[in-house]
Amino acid sequence: MFQYIIRRLLQTIPVIIGVTIIVFLLMHLIPGDAAQVIVGEGVPQEQVDQIRENLGLNEPIPVQYFNYIGGLLQGDLGDSIRSSRPITDEIFTSRFWITMELAVYSTILAVFLGLTAGIISAVKRNSAADVGIMIIALFGLSMPNFWLGLILIQYFAVDLGWFRPSGWGTWSQNVLPVITLGTGGAAIIARMTRSSMLEVIGQDYIRTARAKGVRERVVIYRHALKNAMIPVITVIGLEFGGFLGGAVLTETVFAVNGMGRYVIDSIRARDFPVVQGTVLVLSLMFVFVNLLVDISYRYFNKRIDLN
Amino acid sequence: MTLVNKTAVLEIRDLRTSYFTEGGEVKAVDGISLNVPKGKTLGIVGESGSGKSIMALSILRLIFNPGRIVAGELLYNGADLLKKSEKQMRSIRGNNISMIFQEPMTSLNPVYTVGEQIAEVYQIHENMNKKQAMSKAVDMLRLVGIPSPEKRVHQYPFELSGGMRQRIMIAIALACNPDVLIADEPTTALDVTIQAQILELIKDLQQKLHMSVIIITHDLGVVAETCDDVAVMYCGKVVEYADVRTLFTAPKHPYTVGLLNSLPRHDVDKEELEAIKGSVPSPFELPEGCRFAPRCPHAAKICFEQLPELNKLEDRSQVRCWIYTDKWGQQPEVNRTP
Repeated sequence: MFQYIIRRLLQTIPVIIGVTIIVFLLMHLIPGDAAQVIVGEGVPQEQVDQIRENLGLNEPIPVQYFNYIGGLLQGDLGDSIRSSRPITDEIFTSRFWITMELAVYSTILAVFLGLTAGIISAVKRNSAADVGIMIIALFGLSMPNFWLGLILIQYFAVDLGWFRPSGWGTWSQNVLPVITLGTGGAAIIARMTRSSMLEVIGQDYIRTARAKGVRERVVIYRHALKNAMIPVITVIGLEFGGFLGGAVLTETVFAVNGMGRYVIDSIRARDFPVVQGTVLVLSLMFVFVNLLVDISYRYFNKRIDLN
Repeated sequence: MTLVNKTAVLEIRDLRTSYFTEGGEVKAVDGISLNVPKGKTLGIVGESGSGKSIMALSILRLIFNPGRIVAGELLYNGADLLKKSEKQMRSIRGNNISMIFQEPMTSLNPVYTVGEQIAEVYQIHENMNKKQAMSKAVDMLRLVGIPSPEKRVHQYPFELSGGMRQRIMIAIALACNPDVLIADEPTTALDVTIQAQILELIKDLQQKLHMSVIIITHDLGVVAETCDDVAVMYCGKVVEYADVRTLFTAPKHPYTVGLLNSLPRHDVDKEELEAIKGSVPSPFELPEGCRFAPRCPHAAKICFEQLPELNKLEDRSQVRCWIYTDKWGQQPEVNRTP
């Protein structure tokens, strides 16, 4: 098991290198002169040259890349142009944790709702409950989450006054963004769980369990669910990654001061080093979550060999 | 020799199981009555689609939508299983009446060790804790002839061969020392050499544990090897029911004769195996008279008009045929265009 984890860890290294190359090239894919774009029109040439020098844009590209990697290895993502503060400070003092909280809570909500609905749907196949759940899931899937967010704010915050419409931190602030972000994922997980469970329930070993005198509840939760979880876990991992990126819209709608909103603001202000830094951090989180998913497969599927 | 005359541990009376599909009702098991004598082996033979597996699952009441047991009685030690609650039924499954299946490769849960899967039976039916149950599981593995059981008990099904897995299935089924073991094509999916070992094991354990066995098969070789009584099924009905010797020496139903003729034999030099002409009719278009009539080489007019009842003969065997005899070889075949 330990060996397996080490091997999977090593396999992420090429992926991470790829991510850094793409993120690094971001700066060079801006049409025109990056320094000029950052400072905007009508700025004296000396100031543009100064920025270019500060960003190290005069060096050959490979040298720039190695400087960039060298900085990363020391935990240096560069400085924000707007605030002149190190980007790591800007991100990790609170923004990163807010987005992580939002994504984790949303994942918990999505998994809880999705699994419950999916299992009920599969066990009561073709019943009114199944049809109802699948219709709701289709809605959840098709609804753009910024729109859902606005609707929730209108009804539950403005009209009913149950929750606060913006910000992050207290319970009454967190509920609406988490629902907004989590429902789409819940719908996908519900559909995946249903189809996976239906396939497993038709398997011979489920019949064996019943013939042993196992209670139906135990048949479902012990014998079927563990087998059905393998594809569902993959989807949960992808959803979590999606939530990190999807947070951009939700954070904007609810004025949550997380990574997503920080990226948007930075793009508007042409603060490209910050865009680079946040995209890199989010990508690394995504890689890390997928690593966790791969490791958890071992728990569900014993056939993944250890050597 | 006649049908085993001994107290039946399980008595099936006029069992009817139907599937309700969009195309209409399919009578998969259509009024079957059989006895499972104590300590003896009953064989159930038939082609695919004859309803033999569904009959077996009906005994444990493991029939799910769109299927339903519509009528009959299943007397286990005199009490009707069809009148029991689901909870009572659960305490019988795997405890008093057990079942093993055709596909050992897919009949074990891939995410639990074989030990856990055997131990679960003890945890359910004998209220053991996990540790006690696991040590009993090791005993069971030893009983079914698995080498180094202490090591195997912690292995997953995918680490074992088909024959080993069928042994595990037998261990699960016999863990609580059942009165009746239902074996649904237990050797069909296995290599020939392994088949013999598994049958030998079942026979051996039957002696040791004094249980009754129902073997469901399409292989008359298996029947000859293991059974005391045999019921031949065709389209959901029993067409012939006799002790094994009578069935093989003096078969009375033309279908049974056809099955026997299609067996490869060592003592007769034949170029080609005989096959029963035609195929099993669709369950939606069953013939009006005898269900075998369209394929029967001897069918008379009445065979196409009326379904024969089961005739109970002097030697207590039963046959469902208008014109049965035990000397079919001397009867002329009827030439007719279907």
